[in-house]
Amino acid sequence: MNQANSTVGTKRLERCFTALQAQNRPALVSYLTAGDPDAETSQRLLDGLPEAGVDIIELGMPFSDPMADGPAIQKAALRALEGGQTQAKTLEMVRRFREENATTPIVLMGYYNPIFCYGVERFLTDAAKAGVDGLIVVDLPPEHDDELCQPATRHGIDFIRLATPTTDAKRLPTVLANASGFIYYVSVAGVTGAGAATPESIERAVADLKRHTQLPIGVGFGIRTPQQAATIGRFSDAVVVGSALVDCIEQASTADEAVARVHGLVRELSASVRSCREEEAVS
Amino acid sequence: MPDILSIFIPACLRYFEGIEIVPIAFEVVMNKPLNLSTSLPDGNGMFGSFGGRFVAETLMPLINELRDEYAAAKNDPEFQRQLTYFQNDYVGRPSPLYFAERLTEHFGGAKIYLKREELNHTGAHKINNCIGQVLLARQMGKKRIIAETGAGMHGVATATVAARFGLKCVIYMGTTDIERQQPNVFRMKLLGAEVVPVTSGTGTLKDAMNEALRDWVTNIDDTFYIIGTVAGPHPYPAMVRDFQAVIGHETRRQMQEKEGRLPDSLVACIGGGSNAMGLFHPFLADESVQMIGVEAGGKGVQSGLHAASLNGGTPGVLHGNRTYLLQNEDGQIVDAHSVSAGLDYPGIGPEHAWLHEQGRVEYVSATDDEALDAFQICCQQEGIIPALETAHALAEVAKRAPKLPREHLMVVNLSGRGDKDMMSVAHYLGDKFQ
Ligand SMILES: Cc1ncc(COP(=O)(O)O)c(C=O)c1O
Repeated sequence: MNQANSTVGTKRLERCFTALQAQNRPALVSYLTAGDPDAETSQRLLDGLPEAGVDIIELGMPFSDPMADGPAIQKAALRALEGGQTQAKTLEMVRRFREENATTPIVLMGYYNPIFCYGVERFLTDAAKAGVDGLIVVDLPPEHDDELCQPATRHGIDFIRLATPTTDAKRLPTVLANASGFIYYVSVAGVTGAGAATPESIERAVADLKRHTQLPIGVGFGIRTPQQAATIGRFSDAVVVGSALVDCIEQASTADEAVARVHGLVRELSASVRSCREEEAVS
Repeated sequence: MPDILSIFIPACLRYFEGIEIVPIAFEVVMNKPLNLSTSLPDGNGMFGSFGGRFVAETLMPLINELRDEYAAAKNDPEFQRQLTYFQNDYVGRPSPLYFAERLTEHFGGAKIYLKREELNHTGAHKINNCIGQVLLARQMGKKRIIAETGAGMHGVATATVAARFGLKCVIYMGTTDIERQQPNVFRMKLLGAEVVPVTSGTGTLKDAMNEALRDWVTNIDDTFYIIGTVAGPHPYPAMVRDFQAVIGHETRRQMQEKEGRLPDSLVACIGGGSNAMGLFHPFLADESVQMIGVEAGGKGVQSGLHAASLNGGTPGVLHGNRTYLLQNEDGQIVDAHSVSAGLDYPGIGPEHAWLHEQGRVEYVSATDDEALDAFQICCQQEGIIPALETAHALAEVAKRAPKLPREHLMVVNLSGRGDKDMMSVAHYLGDKFQ
């Protein structure tokens, strides 16, 4: 039963990338933390993302101890948890989003413990039912694939792997072995929101990855501006913007302002990403 | 009882497959390479269902490199020779196993021995591990050392070995702990370390560990992370255990010399569990030796304000390993509470979680008040000011020793000295000293 449901889910990411390839443009991937700054505003933020130009949604499951995140996303998690966000509420957000939107892929991103405590099987069942397409779990390397990656695949939920500047040629096959959906290249060794690597080094790394996998390659960490998104989007299949969007929420003094700022930045990023390869063709 | 044994004995046999037990009449053990071989954890760093390598991909190649480097060092006579040299001539090992005559009389039961880890250089057991890890760091060509610290004892020990080997040193310490362990902050700075205050969370040990991990993923090329307890991703729990096991090996030999037999019970406090694991591990195969780990009960395990992960927690994944954690039903880590900064951690080393489930070690808790009482008894009866962490172990002795016969040999790990705690203790006992 899950299988049947989830096939639709799996196809969402695949279909998205296929469609964008035909348009010769990269996907814009946004990251927001579920429940930030509060449940209601977070739902409004989420629901408006596709309209503002997001192609794939990453929705963060807040965790009290986000070891791989910088200050911006740490604070977002705290705001969400203080507002009473739970795993169940995050899944409920996805379910509500799916009432209106059947096409935009949603990838849940976070740390293993909240999933482990929810119960892996129960979580995957509920996530598939809610309309989740993929998972990115920062602290589950391929060495622990039996914990969640393999069960997720059985539920038809993609397990998106992170490759990093420290993932060398020897290790890459291990990282790619059970990956699905796309590969997320973490462009800098560091936490989210930290500085960016040079476009040249990222381009080299993406080319390297492409030699080893058919999966689309997304690039994240350190991408904040429409210009950066365009530069990276010329050679990657997706660009991920997180901390810059989360900062918009922190800087806003009202819910309306948060929504306006986030969707405003998404529109700029989207315009930039949509035209980034045209510029290249012209010049 | 028979049920427990039938589960426990086969599990122990599996655990000790391949271990070489140090012969009892082994006189000059401290000058010989320590035997650091064991059969757990498995290749993935698991102790049963606990442990593992739950870290971001960026760190995986680094911890795998460390695992290989450490595996080689274990069997490298030159590395072992250096380790022994520094343990003896720099740290001051072996530490005495001292018959606490007055404490024994005071409680009127078991014969109490104190394993005097507080006499080590820098005043706690922490340096046993730091010396081992800094030798590895040097061997790996790392130029920068980072560490987390709670009570500051691990921070001081790390700053000390970094100074000794001419390495840059950055210590992460929660702001709450900086306040209650001022003397250690000053010591670290004197030793040339940079102390970075951590404000996130409650500003205690777990937050310092988060921040150290963030530093590590950012500075992958030149940095070595010296974790201060038997927690973190594989190989740390096994590696720190092995470096601390010198405590148990010495105790075994010393007790043999003094009493001609094994001790009957071992008692140690538990923050992450390194001083306890160091004392317990060489005795795990000795059925007659009872082991008791003492967690921080804070205001009482029932109150919810405590740091007793095994007695008041549930399994989860944090800081690279699966273990028992203080957390809510949604998997969010909740704050630990203890008068002692070094025990104020919402987790425990994964091997302890395993030993708890196997029933091999008994895990109990002592409250803040019980620890403060035992702290004073130790000062007054033995002229030894223990660390507040250690006072938790002594609190269990106070409960247990009076009920035991005179022949019962009890060893307490006196894991550290209490100079650092003067301000906290003065705060709690203030009235009495006006
Ligand atoms: C003196 C002393 N004992 C015990 C501990 C607790 O650590 P562990 O459980 O790793 O021995 C600390 C930690 O700071 C300490 O300083």
